[in-house]
Amino acid sequence: MHKIAVIAGRELRAYFATPVAYVFIAIFLALSGVFTFYIGGFYERGQADLQPFFSFHPWLYLFLVPAISMRLWAEERKSGSIELLMTLPVTLWEAVAGKFLAAWLFTAVAVLLTFPLWITVNYLGDPDNGVIVAAYLGSLLMAGAFLAIGSCISAANRNQVVAFIVTVLICFLFLLSGFPLVLDWFRGLPQGFIDTIAGLSFLTHFTAISKGVIDLRDVVFFLLVIGSWLYATTIVLDMKKAE
Amino acid sequence: MIKAEGLSKRYGPLTAVDGISFKVEPGEVLGFLGPNGAGKTTTMRMFAGFVPPSAGYAEICGFRVDQHPIEAKTRLGYLPEGAPVYGEMTPWEFLDFCAAVRGFSGSERQERVGAAVERLNLESVRDRRIETLSKGFKRRVGLAQAILHDPPVLILDEPTDGLDPNQKHEVRELIAAMSANKIIVISTHILEEVDAVCNRAIIIAAGRIVADETPEKLIQRSRYHNAVTIRFRDLDDLNAAAEALRALSAVAEVEIDRQGRRLTALPRDQALILSSVDELVNARGWDIEQLQLESGRLDEVFRRITTGEAL
Repeated sequence: MHKIAVIAGRELRAYFATPVAYVFIAIFLALSGVFTFYIGGFYERGQADLQPFFSFHPWLYLFLVPAISMRLWAEERKSGSIELLMTLPVTLWEAVAGKFLAAWLFTAVAVLLTFPLWITVNYLGDPDNGVIVAAYLGSLLMAGAFLAIGSCISAANRNQVVAFIVTVLICFLFLLSGFPLVLDWFRGLPQGFIDTIAGLSFLTHFTAISKGVIDLRDVVFFLLVIGSWLYATTIVLDMKKAE
Repeated sequence: MIKAEGLSKRYGPLTAVDGISFKVEPGEVLGFLGPNGAGKTTTMRMFAGFVPPSAGYAEICGFRVDQHPIEAKTRLGYLPEGAPVYGEMTPWEFLDFCAAVRGFSGSERQERVGAAVERLNLESVRDRRIETLSKGFKRRVGLAQAILHDPPVLILDEPTDGLDPNQKHEVRELIAAMSANKIIVISTHILEEVDAVCNRAIIIAAGRIVADETPEKLIQRSRYHNAVTIRFRDLDDLNAAAEALRALSAVAEVEIDRQGRRLTALPRDQALILSSVDELVNARGWDIEQLQLESGRLDEVFRRITTGEAL
């Protein structure tokens, strides 16, 4: 646990050592604002909630989260520092978890910096803050799931651009797996199988949480997705780290 | 002790390391030699736990790297090829990170990092980003990382590559200073280095060990071992002199270097020919500048061993 924290700490500092972190946060905040006020019609709706803000999170994450995750392992492999990290007395799991946690914390910082919206909506009206807390939680869980997918793809590719594109694609499929766009591919297969695919939809689980219903099953779903993809990352790394 | 037992690595149809076995005891400084692509780096990576062996195993201080990687890595200081580091960190931050991962904390961590910085003369750059440093400093940061925890085993992949002669000298001094009670393995293709710091040399070619001796013994395998080189003061008839040398029964061959006005007489079966050459010089009254007994040439031994020529 201590080593995970040390690795996560190093990684997190590395984000802020370059302008990338600040650029990312600025873009994230700007886009959240644009989506909430212009496209989501925050004022026009006349309701004191953050629904227009959160409903765009999946789409914002779809492109911004892979931009964080693409460098997680691809950069280590490209610069060769992976050899250094892997020859320190740490397990693969500690390294994978540490780097993932750093990326997740970084995303959390970006998301939590949207707090002025929360203040605004409280100033303008009387929102259900419980729902907003739940939605923030759901949003972070979904970001974690995206990051875990990105971590695995980044481990498999030395090229960051390829890692980005493949991650966007896979995240897109997971987002929409409950919708005809994806389900039509599986038409003709047993209903149980199709239901399973549909049950993997990030959008369904996120929407449920962001409505204020923290169902343990939704939380466990995201945690399982994160765990599985991180486990996959360790397997991919074990196979490909020295290539 | 570290040990390789039937250590092999195959990449598809390519065999990078082909069943090598050896042991190294404390106090030994082993030079790992071989042409590029011979399997040096792959072997070292298997010891460091970065590359899993296809067959056989590597062992560090009694711990098999494949079965007890953490125990093995704890006892190892490893400098990867090219000395990769995190460029956005400063040397101090980087070493502090390595020390923290290795489980040091508080004042002990400070002391260890401070000692490593001092040992490799990194004080002047300790707070500059590593990516802005020269190649020599980067290499030294990598070395500092390897010795930070005072490990009983050091494996350094080309520790002096890219350093200038003064820095090379410093690194060799450092290795020599640490060699007394440690196991040190360095890979290099600079042969003078083997002579300078190693007390044992293993040459590998095409993934196999082709020589495992002390550098002195290795040099003795040279055709130039006990050869005698004569440097003439003025331009005598070198050909005639060469003929006279060839006539000596113990001389196998004579090499002529016209530009340097030098003749080198190579002995038959490494016989001592110095006295007979000296007699000949006196008898003929040659005007010579220098008469030199050669101990051998490592580069020639290296070339012949690694290209598979008979010795």
